[in-house]
Amino acid sequence: MTAAAIVTLTGLAKRFGSVTAVERVDLEIRRGELFALLGGSGCGKTTLLRMIAGFETPDQGRILIDGQDMTGVPPHRRPVNMMFQSYALFPHMDVAANVGYGLRRDGLPAPEIARRVGEALKQVRLGDLGERRPAQLSGGQRQRVALARALVKRPKLLLLDEPLAALDRKLREATRFELVRLQEELGLTFVMVTHDQEEAMSMASRLAVMDKGRIEQVGPPHEVYERPASRFVADFIGIANILPLDGGRAWLALRPEKIALFAARPDTDHAEQGRIVDIAYEGDRSLYRVGLLDGSLLQVSTANTARIAAAFRRGDDVWLGWAADAGHRLDK
Amino acid sequence: MAARARFAFTVLAFGYAFLYLPIALVIVYSFNDSRLVTVWAGFSTKWWSALFANEAMLSAAWLSLRIAFVSATAAALIGLAAGYALARAPRFPGRTLFGSLVIAPMVMPEIVMGIAMLLLFVGSDSLLGGPQRGFLTIVIAHTTFAIAFVAVVVQARLADFDRSLEEAAMDLGATPWTAFLTVTLPMIAPAVASGWLLAFTLSLDDLVLTQFVAGAQSQTLPMQVYSSVRLGVDPQINALATLIVIVAVLALTTSGWLTRRRI
Repeated sequence: MTAAAIVTLTGLAKRFGSVTAVERVDLEIRRGELFALLGGSGCGKTTLLRMIAGFETPDQGRILIDGQDMTGVPPHRRPVNMMFQSYALFPHMDVAANVGYGLRRDGLPAPEIARRVGEALKQVRLGDLGERRPAQLSGGQRQRVALARALVKRPKLLLLDEPLAALDRKLREATRFELVRLQEELGLTFVMVTHDQEEAMSMASRLAVMDKGRIEQVGPPHEVYERPASRFVADFIGIANILPLDGGRAWLALRPEKIALFAARPDTDHAEQGRIVDIAYEGDRSLYRVGLLDGSLLQVSTANTARIAAAFRRGDDVWLGWAADAGHRLDK
Repeated sequence: MAARARFAFTVLAFGYAFLYLPIALVIVYSFNDSRLVTVWAGFSTKWWSALFANEAMLSAAWLSLRIAFVSATAAALIGLAAGYALARAPRFPGRTLFGSLVIAPMVMPEIVMGIAMLLLFVGSDSLLGGPQRGFLTIVIAHTTFAIAFVAVVVQARLADFDRSLEEAAMDLGATPWTAFLTVTLPMIAPAVASGWLLAFTLSLDDLVLTQFVAGAQSQTLPMQVYSSVRLGVDPQINALATLIVIVAVLALTTSGWLTRRRI
């Protein structure tokens, strides 16, 4: 255990009946980082988060929060607050009462509560909405009330369950920056669960990729992207061409943007000949699917930096070229 | 289209007439001047005045209201606990059986309930020397079958209740009990109130079960009405019936309104 760890999970396991949700997870989350648990549905990321919050009791393993064993401690006695995916705002209370709920439970004096509620609402830019009911707010406003309610108690750790999933696309992107700004300003540790790899990549300082209750890889976004630990991670994060090596005992993960298209044979480290099967034009870039002579398909993406029609068309014979260090070797 | 609509309205009118014509007649004839229930002899409120001067009837009504209030309150508390347990308790062995047992009194013949209650009170009387048959035993009997109605209403409300609300409360530092009092209870209060009104109405007009467990001294309103009808119907009864209809309709519409209202 390093001194910087605020959460240490050791050998954590949880099953529901015959289904294993989380299988022997060891994980350290560092103080002051924005950590993302990333994975598809049913991978165990939410169960892991709920075990840290105290809503699920692990079958095995230990949870240390700030050096203290919290394994059997009920949620109301943990120095942790959570923002729920549904926001879970109390519909019978106004915004100020929602945000002040946790402070009232701590028995703080009323003027202190009012001051801190006002402060928290200002932090999330909802200063003048204290008297509204949750039903009178927009989705984005509700999300910020939920955030203020979780932040107002100054927890050691803020857990966020799919914090942006309920927002529409434009608002989601703006809120990403907002959350990162808050996290840095307050110097808090955020642990976020998400199924959206773009969200995890753009926000997190480190992330864990989960599959079938296990952690496949932990690391900063660029490392997970450029040096995936397994074929699952390579395939889950972004797009990857996975080529067999050593007669099928290892693989090469090759990202589409690391491959270039040429009309004639290039003098790159590797060159392959093929024919364009399909082109997906995405505005800022185009994704080509190229059939090689041996029948396999490779995906190649090019940035559309010039406003001219694409240089290649479907059915064109092309050369693919990439550098010797463009790919990453996978052993599993 | 028009013909079909006319047909539908006719059917509807017959249906409602079948249901409510007798009650309408009771109300109209409570203002009849004649002593004979079947002969209209002009408008009068004399039976209403007679009713409000009828000591026996008034004290029976007062007893019934007290019993209904106490038993509805007891049933609301116990039914709330049962409904909560049914909706929230994790799966435990015998849960289905427990669920069926809670709602069984809704479909159990009242005669059977009455006999069972009578045996219970006779037994406890000889073993423990009480309780005396009267107010308390009627309250206990009414509470027993009203619990089921409250439990069903509460359970239905909790079935579509977002559990993360309770989790959020606990996450913010509330003990499970505080979370229940500050979040769950205020939100399901309309359902509990609606169950209370249902229990109140059921208690107010119960005759069969009450006759088994009432002592000689305690005459509830339905018992009083029943015995006075056997001596010959008097339009006072029409006035009384009109009052009971008004109370029941008020209670049921309030109950329905509370159930539909969502905060």
